[in-house]
Amino acid sequence: MASASDLGSTDDYEALMSMTDVELLKSAWRQEKAAPEILQFESRLIKRVREQIQLMEETVEEFTESGFDPLTVSLYQMDLDRTQFLLRSYLRIRLQKIEKYMFHIFATAELLTRLSKEEKWFIERCCVDLQTHLEKSVLSQLPYTYQSIFQQSVINDETDMVAKPQLDTFVVCKTKYYLGHIQLEDNADGEPDGSSPYDSGSQKPLEEPFEMEPNVLYFVRYKAVKKFVEEGKIDLY
Amino acid sequence: MAGQSDPNVSIFSGEEVEFMAEDEMVEIVPNMRMEPLNMLCGDFGPFYPQMATQVPMWLAIALKKRGKCTIRPPEWMSVENLTQILEAERESQAAFQVLPFHYVEISSLLFDYASGDIPDLYMVRSLINDIRDARFLKVESSLESFEDARSSAVKVKNLSAMEVNVVRPFVGRALQSFYKHGSPDLVPNPEAMSARRPQATDNIQRLDSGR
Repeated sequence: MASASDLGSTDDYEALMSMTDVELLKSAWRQEKAAPEILQFESRLIKRVREQIQLMEETVEEFTESGFDPLTVSLYQMDLDRTQFLLRSYLRIRLQKIEKYMFHIFATAELLTRLSKEEKWFIERCCVDLQTHLEKSVLSQLPYTYQSIFQQSVINDETDMVAKPQLDTFVVCKTKYYLGHIQLEDNADGEPDGSSPYDSGSQKPLEEPFEMEPNVLYFVRYKAVKKFVEEGKIDLY
Repeated sequence: MAGQSDPNVSIFSGEEVEFMAEDEMVEIVPNMRMEPLNMLCGDFGPFYPQMATQVPMWLAIALKKRGKCTIRPPEWMSVENLTQILEAERESQAAFQVLPFHYVEISSLLFDYASGDIPDLYMVRSLINDIRDARFLKVESSLESFEDARSSAVKVKNLSAMEVNVVRPFVGRALQSFYKHGSPDLVPNPEAMSARRPQATDNIQRLDSGR
């Protein structure tokens, strides 16, 4: 057995190893569904699941042809359907997010690296096509200052026509370990309207650091736990 | 940007929550013999008549539908336990009792497909309904205390999957508004609001309709 010092990580490793790929996919699906922004594509996991699905499809086909017990075959088919549902749903949520935030993702290198090869190809085509379409149909008819698809007008520097995921959203999450002293790094990603209109009168109370007990559900602002979600320390529900 | 909260993303449908609950393990007693099943989601069986074994809920229901097994209701679904929980649930205004994360879905699946396997069915069913109602009432009343949450985390101990899912849209947006408007006891200056706010919202609306 492992020594006390690295017991924690060995436990993690064993817990991870005892999970089937389908369970991992389910968790990835849940995370992707609950997170406001696009997460890292689980390329290795998806590859494994695809292979397993294909293998199972062949097995089920063999069973059907050889007149195997129909009950067993139908159970295998159900198992297959459930896994395929997860996979499809996972890919679809990602496509939904990509379509919604395409210009934002396309312009942000960090987000772009989270996409799979196919998704990158898709977003590229999407951006180009939409831009060409809008330019041809509307924008080219407008005065010069209003021709950008990113800005309402060139006077304004902000890319205020680009839809961005709202990282302020509250998400429901749970942690496996105790996480103490969680605090937002101030304006790490540049709040669009950081200066609130109420600033003049009194100041917004400074966000207090908070802690998270293991296995307790919390409503938390996504931004505050973003990095833990990325590290896999927090599960979204 | 208010307009961007799309109801389709970051929300689970009732069916999806049930889908997740269907992976919870449950004990069945088969009445037939079947080879072990080596499935994508795990290995189950072998199955022998009268030998109890653990399978996921969906598999149990599939077998039950074909009359191949009986399902043993989980221990927490006993009348004694549920009576206790209901009492405790009614006694304390703040705390939620410990119940399985998917208790709503599991019990409703069992009522739908395996009602014959549940002892004291009517009692159990009405107890669970009462517990559910009591808890939802408590969730609603505890929402009032959310507003003094200064930090960006609100603990919802022992809330179950379905309960979370039901309150998520409302609580999420409410908390976000609290956050946006700073401390709740702060009375916003209406003039400053009308001077700057409309422009911002106007932009957002135009952005939405443009999408």
